[in-house]
Amino acid sequence: MNAPLRRVGVVVLVLFALLFANLNWVQAYKADEYRNSDYNGRVQIAEYERERGVIEAGRTALATSKPTDGELKYVRQYPADEAYAHVVGYNPVNLAATGIERSEDEFLAGTSDALVADRISDLWTGEKTPGGSVLLSLSKRAQETAFKEMTNNRVGAEKGAAVAINPRTGAVQALVSMPSFDPNPLVSHDTDAAEAAFDKLDGDPDKPLINRALSETYPPGSTFKVIDAAAALENGYTQQTQIPAGPVYRAPTSGTDIRNAAASICPESQVTLREALTESCNTGFAQLAVTLGADKIKEEARKFGFGQTDLTCGRLNAEGLPVATSETGEIKNPDGGDDPAALAQSGIGQNNVRMTPMQGALIAAAVANNGRQMRPYLVQKLLGPDRTTSHYTATPKELNGSVVSSDVAGELRDMMVNVVQNGTGRNAQIDNIVVGGKTGTAQSAPDRKDHGWFIGFAIKDGQPVSAVAVFLQEAGSGGSGEAARIAGQIMRAVVTDAEGS
Amino acid sequence: MSSQAGSVNTPAATGELPRVRDVQTRRNAELALLGFAMALVAAYSATIQVTMFDTITGNFWVPAAILSALFLGLHLVVRYTAPYADPALIPAVALLNGIGVAFLRRLDLAEAPAAERLTYPIFAGTGGRQLAWTLIAVLFAAIVLLVIKDHRAISRYAYTLGLGGIVLVLIPALLPGRFSEINGAKLWIRVGGFQIQPGEFAKLALLAFFAYYLVRKREVLSLASKRVLGIDFPRGRDLGPVLAVWAVSLLVLVFEKDLGTSLLYFGMFVVTLYIATERVSWLIIGLLLFFGGAYSAYLLGASVGGPFANFYDRAQIWLDPFSDPYERGFQLVQSLLGLGSGGLFGTGPGGGQPTIIPEVHNDFIFAGLGEEIGLFGLSALLIVYLLIVQRGLRAGLAVRDSFGKLLAGGLAFTLGLQVFVIVGGISRLIPLTGQTTPFLSAGGSSLMANWMLIALLLRVSDAARRPVDGSASARPSGATASAPAQLHGAPTEVIKP
Repeated sequence: MNAPLRRVGVVVLVLFALLFANLNWVQAYKADEYRNSDYNGRVQIAEYERERGVIEAGRTALATSKPTDGELKYVRQYPADEAYAHVVGYNPVNLAATGIERSEDEFLAGTSDALVADRISDLWTGEKTPGGSVLLSLSKRAQETAFKEMTNNRVGAEKGAAVAINPRTGAVQALVSMPSFDPNPLVSHDTDAAEAAFDKLDGDPDKPLINRALSETYPPGSTFKVIDAAAALENGYTQQTQIPAGPVYRAPTSGTDIRNAAASICPESQVTLREALTESCNTGFAQLAVTLGADKIKEEARKFGFGQTDLTCGRLNAEGLPVATSETGEIKNPDGGDDPAALAQSGIGQNNVRMTPMQGALIAAAVANNGRQMRPYLVQKLLGPDRTTSHYTATPKELNGSVVSSDVAGELRDMMVNVVQNGTGRNAQIDNIVVGGKTGTAQSAPDRKDHGWFIGFAIKDGQPVSAVAVFLQEAGSGGSGEAARIAGQIMRAVVTDAEGS
Repeated sequence: MSSQAGSVNTPAATGELPRVRDVQTRRNAELALLGFAMALVAAYSATIQVTMFDTITGNFWVPAAILSALFLGLHLVVRYTAPYADPALIPAVALLNGIGVAFLRRLDLAEAPAAERLTYPIFAGTGGRQLAWTLIAVLFAAIVLLVIKDHRAISRYAYTLGLGGIVLVLIPALLPGRFSEINGAKLWIRVGGFQIQPGEFAKLALLAFFAYYLVRKREVLSLASKRVLGIDFPRGRDLGPVLAVWAVSLLVLVFEKDLGTSLLYFGMFVVTLYIATERVSWLIIGLLLFFGGAYSAYLLGASVGGPFANFYDRAQIWLDPFSDPYERGFQLVQSLLGLGSGGLFGTGPGGGQPTIIPEVHNDFIFAGLGEEIGLFGLSALLIVYLLIVQRGLRAGLAVRDSFGKLLAGGLAFTLGLQVFVIVGGISRLIPLTGQTTPFLSAGGSSLMANWMLIALLLRVSDAARRPVDGSASARPSGATASAPAQLHGAPTEVIKP
């Protein structure tokens, strides 16, 4: 019986050799792959070893890290709760990060190349230097006004968005998407609770997690008439050029009748371009679009930023929050031919025309800033952990060069100021400040209420200080007027904040 | 020693004189090795404290000291009852047991609130319970050594043990799931907050029965009828017992949903059969039957499902754990990531995040250790296991009676196979099954059963090395007088002078 016993010894030796070989495979050959795997929680624990940097706006902390007793050493906190949620985003344990928390992750986490000196000094001190801080361009007062006015809007709209940017720099002053959400439960270290909170928000029919200011497009309605007017001015029209109007317009070939919002609006057969914009004359702009042709309208919209697929809003020399592409869409009838009916509808911002609220603000900003459209940004400054070393300061950049000549921009500005002073945008007026803008009412779906829009700008002492777009989804009647009022409040807050500092 | 053991058939001519002359008990060597092992455990605990607290508290040595006292007690029992036992076994097992206790305590510390860590009580948590279980398990081992003065006495109760073993195996299968199922495997008896894993004890009982049965039947079973490709195959009617055990192990596979236990019992039986008969054909038949059965279960699981579905699931996870990394593949994926994160040298004791790995106290303790002690540390642990197994097999080689040879060989091989099944499982060499890692995993059943296994190996190795002429006086008379008579037709039985 000894020979088989010896062989059994050999068999055990072989089995252990297999174990040893396999452990070599797992712990040596595959070690790096496993160590850095997405499923490896240790990567995360290492991330939480270092205090994550602060996100702040106007000396108010919007995202901070608090030490814990747990395995993950710091928990993220968002003291401002809902008001800044769509900008700041959240940095959860297991789920995907969003907003500035995502786009500035490396700097906040302290792993970016810019902070390599701090990490090297860590080797000597044995400490873990916190990550860097991100200073946002947001105006605290404007953001909080926008959030408060949007959520307490007087037409009962439950969804919508507001964007305010500085026309001269592109710095975003306010960015609100409604409804908002509280990011704090999403970053809970109790990952089951965090996941449950996420599922609840994700399953909400109002989709609070969506950033409506940037990532959704809606029919712009009459705000698109600013584009039509710009195209007309660039093609030989003046403010005083008479354009055909009337109570009703039907495109030559087919289509439905286009009427005005009220019988009192441009019933005459001809009105001036200036008057048509002031009163928001549908029949006038529909015919203007048909006269100018689809190519000219599309080209004008493209110059203002429609069709731009890669726009992001964050740091000017890096990625940021993605902005959805605004589109003029197909302006053809279903069989592919040129369609005056579709063109007439597109001219008043219906048919397949879609834009983001950010795009609305960019149009107003270009008009206010003499036709020069600046690239929007949210990150004003990156500060090192010592809070004195600056690693980045925003230097404004143009987005689309000169969108229109400063003459055309001046004419448009004049016409839009008239809209707020004498026309549909009166709600946006602010004392001692020149305000211009354009309202919009857009049909969403046959069985739903209309969207309300306002895009506009504020000029103080001859300098543009803010350009705003306010969008109230399915707001119904009075939506555009309420949008104008909210826009006025936001711009007033911007001006007050600027005076305060 | 092995050359002497090989010539036991003619002991009087060659084997006797040198053995009588210079057999040493080697108990002092055992004591020295034990001291070394305990020093390693204390150093390991100290390293954990330095890494986790940046300081060493005054009590880091307490668990190691308690264990040392326990093992010292066992050492004294061995000195008295089995003075010629193998001196390497207790130190090797003590090292594993001590590292297990220290690592479980380290897991408790990781899970405890930060404020309580420095003053965490010695007997609290899983580590504290494991310390208490070690006390009981070592006590059991001592009782085995004190009660069983001659391993051949066991064969008197072979049928009782065999029946008891089968009952123990089958109880979890027959109990309703809520009394027996943990993590999909029905291996337990759960009453109140208390749970035991009867399979751990069944292993020992069944092996004792196999050894007895095969010693009696080895001549019949080693009869060859056909020679195919140079290998002798047995007659069809002699296949009965192996088929019966095969069927039982497949039942275990299907109803207890556990491949590991099934593989363990079947492997244990086939190997003892092979040792008894010296016929390679039994190994071949056994392997074919097992892999055929497992593959059929896999196919049935894929098509029919039902009781086979669990096995099919486990096989699927094994083939590609990363296809479902958060649900079904979670355990294995986390185990692999833990091992991989450790790499060659590990993060150091206390420096890793083993609590991420699910079931790290039990099935996955080797993966948890692997993260902190690395490939080098795990290799060292594997070598310690290998040492225990080979010393056990050596005891089988050296002992002079067939029953002892089969018992020691079977026990040692079973221990090795269990290590292979669980370590292979957590490192994705074979499909994962719910086995405990001997001497490391938390749990009293496993610890007690394996310490009893070691006690039996100590007993057999003592018999193997005991000088023949001194045996009559040293051995208590009661057991010896009757025991050999129980072993009918055991040709290697030594003719006593």
